[in-house]
Amino acid sequence: MDNHNETEGRLKTTGAASLAELHATKEYILPDEHMKHPVAVIECIEAIPCNPCETACPVHAITVGSEITNLPVIDIETCTGCGLCVAACPGLAIYLKQKEYAKGLSFIAFPFEYVPLPEAGQVIDMVDRHGRVVCKGTVIKVATIKKFNRTAIIHATYPVEQYEQVVNMQRLARD
Amino acid sequence: MQRILEHPILGPLPEEEKVTIYVDGEPVEARKGEMIAATLMATGKPYFRKTVKRHEPRSIFCGIGRCTDCVMTVNGIPNVRTCVTAVEDGMVIETQMGFGDWGGNDSK
Amino acid sequence: MMERDIVVIGSGPAGLCAAIEAAEAGAKVLLVDENAKPGGQLFKQIHKFFGSREHSAGVRGIDIGTLLLKKAEDLNIEVWLNTEACGIFDQDKVWVVRDKSKSMTIHAKRIILATGANENVVNFPGWTLPGVMGAGAAQTMINIHRVLPGKKILMIGSGNVGVIVSYQLLQAGAEVKAVVEAAPQLGGYGVHTAKVRRAGVPFYTGHTVLEARGTDHVESAVIVQLDASWKPIAGTEFELDVDTICIAAGLTPAVELAFGAGCRSVNSPVLGGLVPWHDQRMCTSIPSIYIAGDVSGVEEASTAMEEGRMAGLSAADSLGYLEESRYKARFEAINHNLLALRSGMFGQKRRDAKEAIMAASKG
Repeated sequence: MDNHNETEGRLKTTGAASLAELHATKEYILPDEHMKHPVAVIECIEAIPCNPCETACPVHAITVGSEITNLPVIDIETCTGCGLCVAACPGLAIYLKQKEYAKGLSFIAFPFEYVPLPEAGQVIDMVDRHGRVVCKGTVIKVATIKKFNRTAIIHATYPVEQYEQVVNMQRLARD
Repeated sequence: MQRILEHPILGPLPEEEKVTIYVDGEPVEARKGEMIAATLMATGKPYFRKTVKRHEPRSIFCGIGRCTDCVMTVNGIPNVRTCVTAVEDGMVIETQMGFGDWGGNDSK
Repeated sequence: MMERDIVVIGSGPAGLCAAIEAAEAGAKVLLVDENAKPGGQLFKQIHKFFGSREHSAGVRGIDIGTLLLKKAEDLNIEVWLNTEACGIFDQDKVWVVRDKSKSMTIHAKRIILATGANENVVNFPGWTLPGVMGAGAAQTMINIHRVLPGKKILMIGSGNVGVIVSYQLLQAGAEVKAVVEAAPQLGGYGVHTAKVRRAGVPFYTGHTVLEARGTDHVESAVIVQLDASWKPIAGTEFELDVDTICIAAGLTPAVELAFGAGCRSVNSPVLGGLVPWHDQRMCTSIPSIYIAGDVSGVEEASTAMEEGRMAGLSAADSLGYLEESRYKARFEAINHNLLALRSGMFGQKRRDAKEAIMAASKG
C-alpha cells in the first residue's frame, strides 16, 4: 500500500533516487579509495535549467555548458574539494565525499539548512536518502561562512561500510 | 508556543514592541504591526468565526486576503479580513457568528 | 484626472520588473498594489532560485525581492500601496480605491497587469475545518509572519509548491507527516523531493485525502489509495494524526481585471485555466493592456520577472521611449532568458503551452 518502506526507492514515487537510478546516470560519479581528498559528488539527475554549480567552481571542475539543462559533469581530478558548489546548488544536491578518510572511516561534507546546528566533536545520526538512520557519525567542523549564503556545510566522518548510503544527518530536536 | 523564534534562513525573531488586543474579552499580547490572524494562530485560537446556517468553524484558507475565510468582527465592524489587517493597541476582536452584528434592525 | 504613461497593477516579481524596465526606458510609471507591503509572493521564497546567473540563480527569493525594491527606489518609481485596482474602463482608465477610503481614476496610456494567481482548492469532507489551508497560506504564515500554522502537517500535492513548502515547514520546526499525490508520479523537481525525503517524510503517490476529521479544528486526516481510474480503493484507508492540512493543488490566474476590461481569453489547462490571450511582447488583445507573470499563465518567479521585463519594455516602446535597436536588443535578451527557463523535462511543457496561447486566435 504505502511505498515508503521499499529498500530501493525511486525518485518519482518515493521522492529519493534509488542507487540503481543513480548508477544508471553517467554523471553520478562516486570517488573510490584512489581519491586522497574529498571531492564533489553531484546527485542531479533531472534536466532542469540550472548552472550555479558551474559558476561557483573556482577551478572549473564542473561543466554544464551553454544548454543549461545539461546535467553537471564533475572532473574529480581537478576538483579541490573547496565546497563552494555544495552551498551554491539551489537543490542542495551536492556533497563532498572521500571513501578512505581514516582507518575504517569515510568523510562527507553536506549542506544543512536547519536549526539547531551540531557542534564540532558531536556524535550525530547519519541518514540515507530516505531519512533512515543507518549509522552514527562524528562532526569535524560546521562551516557557516557568508559566501555560503545561509547554507551550513557540515563535515563529518562515518563508517566506511555506509559510504554510499549516507547523504546527510538526522535533524536535531529544537528545544 | 507557535512563534518561530529561531530560523535557519530568516535568523532570530527580531525584537518588536508589544501591543495588547482583546480577543472575545480576553487581553492578548501581540507584536506591533503583525496581522491579526498571525497573532491568533500564534496564541492557539482554534477558529475565528462560525458560519451562518450550520455554525461551522472557520479560520484562514488563502492567507493573503483573497478568500475571506478568516473574517472576524474588529472594533465592532464585521467581515474584517484578519490575515491582511494589522493589530493595533486596544483593538477589540470578536469571534464572528454568522454575518455578525451590523447594528441595523434587520441583522440576523 | 491624473495621467500616467504606464500603470502597473501588482508589485510582485512581474510587476516590479515591469515597472523597473519601463522606468529605465524613461517612461513615467505608477506601480500600485493592494497590500501594505510590495513583493507579492517573492518575500516568501526563502530558497535559492534555479536558472543561470542572468536569472539570479543561487540567490534566495527574499534577497531578489530586496534588490528589486532597491532598484525601484533608485529609479524613483511612484509606488502606491494599500491601493486596490477595482476596474479598468475605456481600455485606458484605472479605477483605484486607496486605503479603503479614497476613490480615484487614473488615465493610463498603457496598463500592465501583474496580478498573479490564487491557490486552488480540493474539496473533501472536512475541508472547511480550521487547519485546512492553501500551501501558500502556510508559507505566508511561516516566512512572513514567523508563526507556525500547526505542528503536524499533511501536504496534499507534490508539485514544486507542495514540496518546497514542505521543506520550509520542516525548516520552521513543524513535522510533515506525509506528502500525498493523487497522480502515479511526484510532480516536483527531484532535488526538491529528495531534500524532503531525506528528512524522513513519506511520499504517497496514487493516494488522496478522503476526509479531514475534527470538531473545531483539524485533528486527523484519512488517506486512501486510488485505482487506475482515480477512484478510492476500499480497505486502503489509513488515518494520520495531523493538525494542519495544506493544499498544493495548483494556482489559477487572477484574471478579473483583464476580462473585465474586455481582454480575450484562451484556455490553457497546463498553465492554470483561462488566461488573457497575449503575444510575444506580452500585449493582450487590447493594445493598451499588457500582462506579465502568473496572470498570463502560471509558471515560476523567474519567468514572471522576465515576462515583467518584456511587458515593461514593450509598453514603453509602444509609447516611443525606445530606439528600435535598443528595443530589439533587449527583446532578444529577455526572450533568450525565457527560452532558457522554459527548457528541459519540466520547462518544455510550459514553453509549448505558452506558444499555444500565443498561436490561438484572439477571440
